[in-house]
Amino acid sequence: MSATPAPQAAAPPREQWTGQVGFILAAIGSAVGLGNIWRFPGVAYENGGGAFLIPYLVALITAGIPILFLDYAIGHRFRGSAPSAFRRLGGPRSGRWLEGLGWFQVAIAFVIGLYYTVVIAWALSYFVFSFDLRWGEDPASFFTGEYLQVGDPGLSLEFVPGVLIPLAIVWILVIAVLAAGVAKGVQRANVIFLPLLVVAFAVLVVRALFLDGAAEGLNALFTPNWEALGDPNVWIAAYSQIFFSLSIAFGIMITYASYRKRKANLTAPGLVVAFANSSFEILAGIGVFATLGFFAFQQGVAVSELEGLTGVGLSFITFPAIVSQMPGGPIFGVLFFGSLTMAGFTSLLSVLQVVSAAFQEKFGLSPRQAAVRVGGVSAILSILIFSTTTGLLALDTADQWANNIGIVASAVLSTVLVIWVLRKGSELRFHLNAVSTFRVGKVWIFLVGVLAPVVLTYMLISRIIALIVDGYADLPPWYLGLLGWGTIAFIIVAAVVFTMLRWKRDPDDFTAWPEYAVLTKEGRS
Amino acid sequence: MTGIAITFLLLALLLVWGGLIASILFLRSRPELAAYPAGGDDDHREDDAPSIRDT
Repeated sequence: MSATPAPQAAAPPREQWTGQVGFILAAIGSAVGLGNIWRFPGVAYENGGGAFLIPYLVALITAGIPILFLDYAIGHRFRGSAPSAFRRLGGPRSGRWLEGLGWFQVAIAFVIGLYYTVVIAWALSYFVFSFDLRWGEDPASFFTGEYLQVGDPGLSLEFVPGVLIPLAIVWILVIAVLAAGVAKGVQRANVIFLPLLVVAFAVLVVRALFLDGAAEGLNALFTPNWEALGDPNVWIAAYSQIFFSLSIAFGIMITYASYRKRKANLTAPGLVVAFANSSFEILAGIGVFATLGFFAFQQGVAVSELEGLTGVGLSFITFPAIVSQMPGGPIFGVLFFGSLTMAGFTSLLSVLQVVSAAFQEKFGLSPRQAAVRVGGVSAILSILIFSTTTGLLALDTADQWANNIGIVASAVLSTVLVIWVLRKGSELRFHLNAVSTFRVGKVWIFLVGVLAPVVLTYMLISRIIALIVDGYADLPPWYLGLLGWGTIAFIIVAAVVFTMLRWKRDPDDFTAWPEYAVLTKEGRS
Repeated sequence: MTGIAITFLLLALLLVWGGLIASILFLRSRPELAAYPAGGDDDHREDDAPSIRDT
């Protein structure tokens, strides 16, 4: 039980992106993920259609971008993965326990990495299935039956080879990329896959626009329902969408910003990243709803009568059904599942880099050692838990808790501790403005210190109550206890244990730059 | 498509894609600060990590 660092030789120089563009591409690759394609279109449609644009943009500007800047400022000023950065932010008095918040975020990223990989493995399988439309006439029973072989809720060790093999491939690829380091691995993968994703998805959208019924789909998505704006749940849905879409508040953007050189613009590239993420969401909305319009047209029903408009159902049941009915369907399927795979893969890299970076710093590992060890352990757990006949239910449950409780709690804790308890708002704002060309005003401190925690706390508490009262997806309580609440318990225990372990190299031997002088006090009122 | 749906489609593109274009143009016109505070010499490298043994 010692958090006392053992002083060692000076820290080796830090890895870095090759430049501004490399960082921006990697950060966009992280933000643009599965949620952009399968979550945004359905959420926008169900929450006011065209009118959703208003709460969505308000959420982007009042919460998404400010929290993104907060992550950037913490990672860049304190130059480390989440545990190092929070420890340094806390300083001599609070650093030791604040490090725990960093490990809390690392543990969330670790858990998400375990199942996010699985969805990418499914997408990879379906990419291959697209060539011969292997799902046949009934994609729903193909997905849960023939492909996933879903059994009763429980813990089975009956492996499904069709999932295990692509899952192993994804893990090998991701470990290889992480082992190559930030510039030669993560950045290079993003430089290749992000443009490829945009091109593939743009081709898909253009094709979708020329399908019969596409206009009806777009009518359904964009026709505003003004009454929705009076519903608080619509506003919460907008804040949730922005929040989960931007990869904020669980260490990713802290880690990525820490690989920028010290004299690097933060806020102006941050705006590019945030708007690029939303731009891709709008593009996905157009593509998905044009396609759904075609599906409704084929079945002779209205778009409002369709089911399975978000998430796993949209991607692995609804879309395959549509692809089967479409002239040139296999090409469409290849583009869609290829896009899903690439969008997911670049996000997965960022999730696992959070864990890898934290282990590198705490235990003095090289990127290669950390990638192999962290990736190896994750791969084994991921395969054991999620490539079996009970994988789908485990994934759905762990995802629900890790996201809606884990990440939201992490965001509430970060904003409250950093702004209110440690009162670092002014210093972080000073840091952003000292290196960036887009200046942030005092309103930024209000947004991250007051508005964001209020909205996020409401989201957190209402979700906790709903999960306790209503359970989730009709699963038995013991199962939710084990895989839902158990996930949160695991994250908390991991945070405590890793905080207590010894540092290989003294993380506190560090001076923040630029110096935040007391003279800035006179600027405070 | 109906007029109102087209309007909102264009509005979404204008605001969100417009925001992207505006932020790219802003970044291009001001990629970096002209002057930084003193110090801050880099602690960085672009090449591979030196090998570190963790035994």
